Formats: sequence, structure tokens, C-alpha cells
Amino acid sequence: MGDVMRAQDLTVRRGAEVLFKPLNFELRSGQLTWLRGSNGSGKTSLLRVVAGLTQADSGNLTWNGEPMSAASDYRARLLYLGHANGLKDDLSAMESLQFLTTLRGVRHSSERLQAALQRTGVAHRRKLATRMLSQGQRRRVVLARLALETGPGFWVLDEPFDALDDAGVALVQELFQENVQRGGSVLFTSHIAIEAAATPIQELRLQGMKVR
Amino acid sequence: MNGLVAILMRDLRLASRRPTEALMPVVFFVVAASLFPFGVGPEPAMLKQIAPGIVWVCALLSSMLSLGGMYAGDYSDGSLEQMLISGTSALEVAVAKCTAHWLMSGLPLLLVSPVLGLLFGMETDAIGVLMLGLLLGTPVLSLLGGVGSALTLGLRNTAILILLIVLPLCIPVLIFGAGAVSAYEVGLAPTGHFYLLGALLLLSALGAPLATASALRISV
Repeated sequence: MGDVMRAQDLTVRRGAEVLFKPLNFELRSGQLTWLRGSNGSGKTSLLRVVAGLTQADSGNLTWNGEPMSAASDYRARLLYLGHANGLKDDLSAMESLQFLTTLRGVRHSSERLQAALQRTGVAHRRKLATRMLSQGQRRRVVLARLALETGPGFWVLDEPFDALDDAGVALVQELFQENVQRGGSVLFTSHIAIEAAATPIQELRLQGMKVR
Repeated sequence: MNGLVAILMRDLRLASRRPTEALMPVVFFVVAASLFPFGVGPEPAMLKQIAPGIVWVCALLSSMLSLGGMYAGDYSDGSLEQMLISGTSALEVAVAKCTAHWLMSGLPLLLVSPVLGLLFGMETDAIGVLMLGLLLGTPVLSLLGGVGSALTLGLRNTAILILLIVLPLCIPVLIFGAGAVSAYEVGLAPTGHFYLLGALLLLSALGAPLATASALRISV
């Protein structure tokens, strides 16, 4: 218990432009963090840095005091969902889910996978190629990965509520709660307001460099 | 290791879902090679002499044909991101993708090459030499191709750019591969050529996945 990610004077560049003012924050277990900022303020870029896909331009990011590159347990805890779903058009929902979880070193039985898809409401479409699914249904297939988690995960989610209907939004909030109760934490971006449920939501605002 | 196998199996399964697309390089190989007798004339002696060169050039071009899609699809749908953050190392990703590419483009070429050999009137022994050369040489094409494909991720109109990066690097393979058969046909031992092809294979097997892995980390 008590994992903490700490950022000190973090800056991220896109090309020559520095995206936001040097950022200091702490993400602790049991926290929900809503990353906010206007379009182009660097939310996705920051999430990619936190997920370890790109490097920060300056400043440092540590996991339990260790630099990210040395923190071996971080990879196992991290679950990153970007704008792109990571689904292959020609694979079925079950096959895609199986592949994505095997990549992270976990092999689930098909019953578990089916139960997760059931929970996100796309179990009846599990054998269809994902190209046949609607945008919202594809998102639900990907969100089944959250429903499969059992440990305290460190979730980094870019617009998880995108393309979801109201029931979907409620479900994702429920999954957030479960992860937080397990001692995990969630860092997410969203354009819609999330109602504060049992856990208070911490806000992290990105401020642009330019004076508007 | 699990990740490596998972990526490999997934790529093979994806190819099986689109069989016509997967067979395209082989079809191109056969069609392109069989155009030569129409172009240069049907004299058996000349065809027999130029056959190894034709087979090798067509093999080279056909394996280039499928390079563009090696990483581009996974890049655009987000699969590549998921692979790279999953704890599977970029090196394993590169090895898995190269192996899958060879199984789907190199191996089929190897298997249909005897048919082309017969078409050009090559003798059985010479066809054996040709196949051994292809066995050693085609993996080099997939390995080097992986580097070119990973380097051009995220750019537009990559097909020509990949050709420009990869083709010059493949010339030694072409020379020694076709040279082995020519040497055999004039009565010399082709072993020297095989050793050199083997050396190229070792060199690229050691270097190319590392280069591909770094290119992937930069591009994603």
C-alpha cells in the first residue's frame, strides 16, 4: 500500500513549443485524479509521459522514489488507454482482449473474458470482428480490460468516457471506484463533468505557457 | 517471451483472416518472374543463365511490397503503444514482427521458387542451391525491412522511402544469393557464397532488431 508517483518541475515539449508551466504533482494510491486543461494544453502528451511512452523534456518523474525507468513493478501496475483503442479490425472482441491481457503477462480463461465483456455490455458481440462494432461498442470492449483487473492498478486513461452512453459512463465510474478501493489510482482526462461519488476527485489543471 | 509469442501468433491469425492480402507478395513474385521470358525472348540457354538473378530480384521486390504494413497498422490503431508499454520489450516486439513477416513473405517465396526454377529450365541441383540461398537470404530482407519500416512510422507515402532505405542494404544479399547459383552452374563450389550469406544473416540478426527497437521507441 501507499504507492506514490511524484512529478517535479515536469515540462513537456511538442516540437519547439513548451506545452505547460512546470508541473508538480503527486498521485497516491486510492486517488482519483482528473487532468484538466483546454484543447492543446498537453493533456495527452502528459499522459503519454506518465505511461512511459515518451520522455519528459525536463524535470523528473518518480515511482516510490525510484526513477520510472528503474521501477520494475510500475509496468505491471500500469494500464494505459489512449485515444486509439488498440483493437485490430479483423480480430473478435474476445481475441483482442485475450491478446491485450497476454501482452501484460496475464492469461485469463475465456469465461473470465466473457464475464468482463458481459459487464461492459458487449458480450453478445464477442465473436464479431471489431470492425463490425460501433465506436461506442469498441470502447466498451477496451473498457472490459478495466473490469478484468483484480489488483490495485495504476490507470492512465485518455478520454475513457468518449463515445460512451450514460450507462457506460456510470459503469466506468463504478470501475474507478473499485480500483480505488483496492488501493489503486486513476489518472484520467474527460470533457464531461464527473460527479463526485464516494471518493473525492482531485483536479490537476494544466496551464498554458502563453498569456491569453 | 510470452509477449513475443502472443504477437507472433496474433500476426499469423490476422494474416489468415485476410488470405488474399497475405498471398499478394507470392502472386507478385510468380507473375513478375514469369514476365521475363516474354520480355527477353524464349531462348532456353539465355533464360537458364539469367534465371537466378531474376528469381532473386523478384524475391527482393516482393518482400519489399509487404514492408509498408509491417508496423503501420499497429501504429495507427494503437496496438503498438500497447505492446511497448506492456512490459514486453521493444526488442521482443521487433523480433516477433520480423519472424511473422518472414513466415508470411519469405517462406512462401522459398516454397514456390522451385516452380520458377523449372519454368526457367534450371536443373534440380541448381534449384537446390537457389533454395538454400533463399533460405539464408530472405530472413535478412525481413530483418532489414523491419528497420526501414520502423524508421518511417508516422510519415506519409512511406513505400518509396522504405525502398530507398532498405534496397541498398539488400544488394549484398542479391549479389551472393544469385552468385551462388551462377557459380554452381559454371562448376565452382557455391559454399563461399553461402558462408557470406550466413554471415550477413548473423550480422543482421544481431543488429537489425536492436535498430528496429530503438526506431520504434522514437516513433511511438
